[in-house]
Amino acid sequence: MVNRIVVGAHYGLRDWLLQRISAIVMALYSVAFLLCFLPRLPLDFEEWHAWFAHPVGKIATLLFMLSLLLHAWVGVRDIFMDYIKPFGLRFSLQVLVILLLLVYALWAVALLWSI
Amino acid sequence: MKFSIYRYNPEKDDKPYMQDYEVELQHSDRMLLDAILRIKAMDDSLGLRKSCREGVCGSDGMNINGKNGLACITPLKDLKEPVILRPLPGLPVIRDLIVDMSQFFKQYHSIKPYLVNDNPPPQKERLQSPEDREELNGLYECVLCACCSTSCPSFWWNPDKFVGPAALLQAYRFIADTRDDATSERLDNLEDPYRLFRCHTIMNCADVCPKGLNPTEAIGKIKEQMVKRMV
Repeated sequence: MVNRIVVGAHYGLRDWLLQRISAIVMALYSVAFLLCFLPRLPLDFEEWHAWFAHPVGKIATLLFMLSLLLHAWVGVRDIFMDYIKPFGLRFSLQVLVILLLLVYALWAVALLWSI
Repeated sequence: MKFSIYRYNPEKDDKPYMQDYEVELQHSDRMLLDAILRIKAMDDSLGLRKSCREGVCGSDGMNINGKNGLACITPLKDLKEPVILRPLPGLPVIRDLIVDMSQFFKQYHSIKPYLVNDNPPPQKERLQSPEDREELNGLYECVLCACCSTSCPSFWWNPDKFVGPAALLQAYRFIADTRDDATSERLDNLEDPYRLFRCHTIMNCADVCPKGLNPTEAIGKIKEQMVKRMV
């Protein structure tokens, strides 16, 4: 048994809230997205293009993407905290995931603004 | 009645094994503990903890047919044969059904399970309104049998860092107590990604609690208090 356990990093609540709030954003976006497009199926390329080219569609999609990435970060970090015991490995994996998610974020911005 | 019981004596056995028993029950044998004591009379090498035999002391927590519970308040008639008995999962086995609970109690101590109030005590007692007292129902009844914490995967993976459902229920028992002045310190003590937030709300704890308590709900209320003081 380890006697000296250092705990007390005060960001538990922040991350937990982040996960909940990002989930709400994603749920709202998904519902709005379906409500917008289901009645208009089948969509042609012009309609898709027009939706994503519109600032509202663009910003909503970007918000969704950021929520998705933040949500993924908390979730993946939780899995690492649960199952990956060696500190060095856990730390490296977390850095790797952060970098990957940052790439995804930039990629999403690049995609959305290329429309 | 047929039983299959986990046996392990680290002084003699290389590894744990399951031993089968068949026991003749008497008319008065109602609870699982009665049957185990009949087995113990046949084979006195079987190790287990028990004391009050009425679900108050919390010593005979064990894994019964795959689900944690107290042997003394588990009716025999509800059990499928052969009854498979194992020690509480996730804790080091000392012998047979006896586990080392040090880690569990260490987490319990870490939440300061006592009233903190620096005001001078009044002549008679610190009074509570009936409504304030009501809040403690469903919290104070915990007997610390560890059935909940040892059925929680988060406690299995991080028993040293995650406080576990039993101790978190106790933590909320003092957070909810209007006579306690250390609410803020108690919340600070838990606001850590490991200590409280390893709980992923799978509710195994509420499912197994032999006293019918709901640690998940208490954990939710702790989070609610944290959000309230933040916003």
